Amino acid sequence: MDGVAQLKKRLADYTTSLYDEGYLDDQFVQLQQLQDESNPEFVVEVVSLFFQDSQRLLSELAKALEQQSVDFRKVDAYVHQLKGSSSSIGAQRVQRACISFRNYCDDQNIEGCLKCLQQLKNEYSLMKNKLETLFKLEQQLLEAGG
Amino acid sequence: MKKSGSSTTIVKKFSALVVDDDLVIQRIHKMYLNRFGFETQVVGNGKEAVDLYRSGAFFHLVLMDMEMPVMDGPKATRELRGMGVNSMIVGVTSQDGDSEKQAFMGAGLDDCYMKPLTADTITSLLQQLNMKYR
Repeated sequence: MDGVAQLKKRLADYTTSLYDEGYLDDQFVQLQQLQDESNPEFVVEVVSLFFQDSQRLLSELAKALEQQSVDFRKVDAYVHQLKGSSSSIGAQRVQRACISFRNYCDDQNIEGCLKCLQQLKNEYSLMKNKLETLFKLEQQLLEAGG
Repeated sequence: MKKSGSSTTIVKKFSALVVDDDLVIQRIHKMYLNRFGFETQVVGNGKEAVDLYRSGAFFHLVLMDMEMPVMDGPKATRELRGMGVNSMIVGVTSQDGDSEKQAFMGAGLDDCYMKPLTADTITSLLQQLNMKYR
């Protein structure tokens, strides 16, 4: 009995920290509310789609910025896509990093863009880790009968 | 048939079409719509939406993304209206600019929202549909 209660608390505390630290926003809550018994894996599914899509976009961004003559419209389009999908799952910090990135695109500032790309990659990695930990905790709770 | 007090009472089964190239948005919007009782189909760009209508399909509600490859939202909306389609077409955009939103509305939308849609927005769309197809 103790095990379940402890796991529940750990999950609750961890979840709260994610919102407090700005990793997640209300959009994530909306997603969780959409999940039900007929779609028990919905949140994991959507987040996995997001991971796949983001990985693709980040590698396209790196490629685009390596070109001799950088096509800033293309770079901006990729960042715009990533901004859209990160906001749709509530990945607030990733979304914010995209917003800064687009300002450098507007200025056609390569240095700035490269720095932003690095920051974006960092935020994305952090986000990915946090979400994977969250799902692991949820899984543990389920398996413990919670 | 008298409507009950709940604003999400389904009077009839509505059909919806999600037009968006973003897989994450597709999944989320489809989920929302199904949850509210819609029968939902999903396509990845404006041309696929137009082709569906050309082949005789009809949807009560169309969620039209603004930026898509092959054929974007404004163009697809213009084509559909030009074909005489009077479904409720709602634009969905992540663009922050007002001018883009205005231009999109000008293509023939009934309304335009920021993505992703929320439960409140879908509820309001459902209410509008209930009134339209009373």
